Amino acid sequence: MSALLEVRDLHVRFGQAHILQGVSMTLGAEPLSLVGRNGMGKSTLCHAIMNMVAAKEGSVRLDGDDLLGIGPSRVARRGVALVPQGRRMFPSLSVHEHLLLVARRGEHPWTVDRVYETFPRLAERRRNGGNQLSGGEQQMLAISRALLMNPRIVIMDEPSEGLAPVIVDHLIDVLRKIAAEGMGVLLVEQNLRVATSVSETVAIMVTGRIATTMSARQLDEDRDAQRRYLGVSHGH
Amino acid sequence: MTLQYMITVTLNGLTLAALYFIVASGFSLIFGLMRTVNMAHGSLYLIGAYVGFSVFDPLYASSATYDYAWYIAVVAGVAAAAVAGVIMQVVFLGWMQGQELRQALVTIGLSIIVADQLLAIYGGNPFQFFAPDLLFGPTLVPVIGRYSTFRLFQIGLALAVGIGLWVLLNKTRLGIMVRAGVDDRQMLAACGINVPLVSVAVFALGAGLAGLGGVIGATAQPVALGVDVKFLLTSLVVVIVGGMGSIGGTAIGAILIGVAEQWGQALFPTYSVILTFAIMVAVLAIRPQGILGRTG
Ligand SMILES: Nc1ncnc2c1ncn2[C@@H]1O[C@H](COP(=O)(O)OP(=O)(O)OP(=O)(O)O)[C@@H](O)[C@H]1O
Ligand SMILES: [Mg+2]
Repeated sequence: MSALLEVRDLHVRFGQAHILQGVSMTLGAEPLSLVGRNGMGKSTLCHAIMNMVAAKEGSVRLDGDDLLGIGPSRVARRGVALVPQGRRMFPSLSVHEHLLLVARRGEHPWTVDRVYETFPRLAERRRNGGNQLSGGEQQMLAISRALLMNPRIVIMDEPSEGLAPVIVDHLIDVLRKIAAEGMGVLLVEQNLRVATSVSETVAIMVTGRIATTMSARQLDEDRDAQRRYLGVSHGH
Repeated sequence: MTLQYMITVTLNGLTLAALYFIVASGFSLIFGLMRTVNMAHGSLYLIGAYVGFSVFDPLYASSATYDYAWYIAVVAGVAAAAVAGVIMQVVFLGWMQGQELRQALVTIGLSIIVADQLLAIYGGNPFQFFAPDLLFGPTLVPVIGRYSTFRLFQIGLALAVGIGLWVLLNKTRLGIMVRAGVDDRQMLAACGINVPLVSVAVFALGAGLAGLGGVIGATAQPVALGVDVKFLLTSLVVVIVGGMGSIGGTAIGAILIGVAEQWGQALFPTYSVILTFAIMVAVLAIRPQGILGRTG
C-alpha cells in the first residue's frame, strides 16, 4: 500500500504545552480512523496537517511533497480538505454560497449539482443561512464544502459529534461511499461505532502520540483497550 | 423658517452624507474584512484629490482636452489611492494582520508622512476642481428652485456606489469570499482561498473609494491641508454610529451625521459639532455595536 499522506515525528507546542509529541502515521488508499480521549491532540494533528497551526519539527508529506510551512490555502489546493470539528460554517453565507465558494471550474468528480443530488436536503435549503440548518444538515454541508474541492484526501474531525443516531447511520453511509470512490479518508472520531464501521484500521492517540494501531475488529472486541484508551465503559 | 429653507438644509445634509458615505464605505469595507482600523484613510482621500488635481490642471488648461479633464481626474485619483492602499497593505499591514494596535499606530505614522510629502510636492495652497459642463451650474428642483447640479450628482453617485457594493458583496464570488473572510479567515484559507490576495483586492477597493471621495469632495469644496483628519474622523464617527463593517449601516450613519451637521450649522453654527457627538454618544449608550452592527 503506497502512502498518500505521511506524517513523521510531528511536534506541536503551544507555549510551554507540548501537545503533539512526535506523531507518525501513514494514510494510504484505505480509510484510517484516529480515536482518542478528549484533549489528546487529535484536532491539533488535523490543524497541523492543514498548516492551521505551526509545527516546528517533523514532516507532513502528500505524495512525497512537503506540506509544512506552505500555509492552509496551498495545502487545500494541493488536495487536502478539512471537515473541521464543530463544522465552522460561515454564518454570513447561504448554503448555496458555501458551495459556490469552493466549486472549481472544469471537469471534476464533485460538482454543485452532484452535491444536491447526493444531499437533497441541502437543495431544499439552498437559500438558508449556514446557521439555520440542523446539526445533521450542517454536517452534510461541511462535508460537501470539502468534497467540492475535489481533494486527494479529506480529513474529518469528529463528524458524528452531536448528531442523532439515525443521522449518524446516514453519515456512516456517506463516508463509506466517499472512501469507496478512492478519496483518501482520515477520520477522527470519539464514536467507536463510526470509526470501526468506516475503516478497517484504527489508530489510537494518547497524549500527543499514536499509542497503537489495530484492526477495527480487534478494537471492537477488546473491551480492555476501549476502557484504557477511550474511557468507554460497558455494562449497565 | 420656511419649508423651502428646511428642504434646502436637508438636501445639503444629504449631499454631504453622500460624500461621507463614499469615503466611509471604503473605511468600513477594510475594517469589516481585515479588522484594520486604517488611520490613514484620510490620507488616501488626500492622495486622490492631489493626484487627481495634478492630472486635471494641465488637461483643463488645454482646449483640446478640457471636456474630459474632470473624468480623467476621477480615474487618476481613484487609481492613485487604490495603488497607495495596495502598497500600504502589502508592505506594512499584511504581515501584522490581527495586531490592531500596531496597525493603528503604523497607519497614523503613514498619514503624517503622506500629509508632509503632499505638502512638500504640491505646496499648501487650496485648490478646487471645476465640475464638467454636464454637471456644472444649477438644476431646477420642485419647491426649492435652483440647486447645484453637482451636488445632486453626488447623491446619485453615492447611490451607485452603494448599489455597486451591494452587488459586489452579494452577487459575486469575490463578495462571497469577503463575507466568509469576515466570519472565519482561517477556515476560508483552509477552503483553498488565497486570503491575502482577497485582502489586497478589498484594500484597493476601499482605498479607491477614498480617492473617489477626494476628487468629488474637492469638486464640491476647495481642498486644504487638514481635510485628511476631518474625513478620517468623520469616517470613524459614521461607522461607529452605523455599525462597523455593514454597508447599510454606513449609509444610515452617513445620512444621520451629514444631515445633523447641516442642521446644526443652520440652527446653532457655533456649537454645531456638538450635535454630531451627541448622536454618537446616544448610539453608543443604546446600541454600542452601532445601528446595524452585529455583536461579537
Ligand atoms: N491554540 C491552542 N493554544 C493552547 N492550547 C491549545 C490550543 N489548541 C489546543 N490546545 C490544547 O491542546 C490539547 C489538545 O487539544 P485538541 O483540540 O487537539 O484535542 P482533541 O484530541 O481534538 O480533543 P477533543 O476530542 O475534545 O476534540 C488540549 O489540552 C487543548 O487545551
Ligand atoms: Mg478535537
